[in-house]
Amino acid sequence: MADASSQTGRTLIDADRPGRLAEFWSYFRENRGAVIGLYVFTAFLLTAIFAPLLAPYDPSQQFREATLQPPVWQDGGTWAFPLGTDAVGRDMLSRLIFGARFSFFVGIVVVVVAATGGILIGLIAGFAPKWLDTLIMRLMDIILAFPSLLLALVLVAILGPTLLNAMIAIALVLQPHYVRLTRASVLSERAKDYVTSARVAGAGRVRMMFVTVLPNCLSPIIVQAALSFSTAILDAAALGFLGMGAQPPTPEWGTMLADAREFVLRAWWVVTFPGIAILVTVLAINLMGDGLRDALDPKLKRS
Amino acid sequence: MSDAATAARPVIEAENLARRYEVGGGLFREPGIVRAVEDTSFAVHAGKTLAVVGESGCGKSTLARLVTMIEAPSAGRFSIDGVEVTPERWAELRSDVQIVFQDPYGSLNLRQRVGAILEEPLKINRPRMKAAERQEKGREMMRLVGLREEHYDRYPHMFSGGQRQRIAVARALMLEPKLLVLDEPVSALDLSIQSQILNLLNDLQQRMNLAYLFISHDLSVVRHVADDILVMYLGRPVEFGPKSEIFDAPRHPYTKALISATPSADPSRRQERIKLVGELPSPLNVPPGCPFAPRCWKAEDTCRENRPRMEGAPHPAACFFPEA
Repeated sequence: MADASSQTGRTLIDADRPGRLAEFWSYFRENRGAVIGLYVFTAFLLTAIFAPLLAPYDPSQQFREATLQPPVWQDGGTWAFPLGTDAVGRDMLSRLIFGARFSFFVGIVVVVVAATGGILIGLIAGFAPKWLDTLIMRLMDIILAFPSLLLALVLVAILGPTLLNAMIAIALVLQPHYVRLTRASVLSERAKDYVTSARVAGAGRVRMMFVTVLPNCLSPIIVQAALSFSTAILDAAALGFLGMGAQPPTPEWGTMLADAREFVLRAWWVVTFPGIAILVTVLAINLMGDGLRDALDPKLKRS
Repeated sequence: MSDAATAARPVIEAENLARRYEVGGGLFREPGIVRAVEDTSFAVHAGKTLAVVGESGCGKSTLARLVTMIEAPSAGRFSIDGVEVTPERWAELRSDVQIVFQDPYGSLNLRQRVGAILEEPLKINRPRMKAAERQEKGREMMRLVGLREEHYDRYPHMFSGGQRQRIAVARALMLEPKLLVLDEPVSALDLSIQSQILNLLNDLQQRMNLAYLFISHDLSVVRHVADDILVMYLGRPVEFGPKSEIFDAPRHPYTKALISATPSADPSRRQERIKLVGELPSPLNVPPGCPFAPRCWKAEDTCRENRPRMEGAPHPAACFFPEA
């Protein structure tokens, strides 16, 4: 709302209005794990963005003379390939750096698709007549009753094994969580007086849903989004490992793990580094999500 | 229409309003019917205050929901400024009736700035109004309710309870309503703040010639603000009359008991405290006769079998054996 409304007394007002962002940061900062998580996540994000600049080689370039070369600190390792090479002589470091791109891409797309759909359906369920609400929620219960990875596997098997289809499948599997979360907050918000007050002021159904109620339900949804970002990365890696996600030349972390399965005993680095990459990223995002929850949840605020 | 006729016409006139809810009930069970409001008639004129009093669960707030067009009455009719209210006309009549709630912490949207809260009713109901004009009205309203207009861009959580209630009042007045429903507007506030808000409401009423429907369980507040009083018991009116008559000469035993229960600031005044025995009957299972009969000290057999009507002089009361 940066229109004419705030122009008139700007200098006067800005001085005594603590920014919401500053307040958020002061709560977030108290949780050290969350701050570390945020730094790691930022590093991850920057790596994904600047992958072509950071990576020494093209991720699919094969160095036939240097297959399964160990990392630099082991006998036989060279600075040419700091983290070693895989079975066909591709540089591990470059592949991991480019892998960050895929993981980030998967996380963003899955969260956006699942959250948009979930919030929309949850809002509708929260405002719908009882029969429609029941119908939607039972449908979501059915989806939740399946083991999530199994359902994603079935979906990918039907749609065909590509990264895009894996993302669609994961988004579909994660969606019910958003629906339930949104519906629950909508129902508790709807009972409050300010919603009645909007109705008395003549707000229509769409305005009530999106302008009045939705902004008040956002905090738990943001936390859920952060946490499901890591779930999405993990699931995509799992699908990749099972051969149902990104297909071999792609430097996706899960797929890299799958490719390296047969060399586990001979060359530890081909499985360890993608595994560590997944672990660190997921851990960082989960820590950050916990901090987000503490900072955004009004019930945990003291003031 | 002449001015005299306009002046005589009440802002709101309700006849036999009723609201019933179905509760419980399943596949094989008959749902029970809660009669939250039954047979309620009243009228409020411009510049006057009608106080609706009664203990909790007597249908006061349901009445507010009917009058503010949040729910449609199950039976009966009411008109606003001479226009018969039907659900189809709700949209056009919205501007005439606004409401202020009890709890100023729940009645403001915490994600909106004060400015947006005030402008929202205009945005919805006056779509042609320019943004600058809207803002000008909002700031003017803030001054009117005694807030500093520099706070126009603040969020509600930065204000105290009394200030928030001022914001709620300002929002309710943005559409220049003719009737303001005040649903226990001061019972969530400190005593010192209560009087400030009551004085503000009084001041605004005179300035804008507003009609108030003042819902309260606090008789000392009602004594201060009301012109007329409607006493309700279990969803039904039991007495309706001018303030002075109700307080000085209550006709219904329930009203008498209610008044005797208000603390008095004057310790020398001897008060005969009437203690009611028994509980409020369940609204699902209202006794067939007078609903107050089980707790009434004057009840006789006829009270338990027949329902008394609102009648009598100098003002109507629903009792077979009125006090005066």
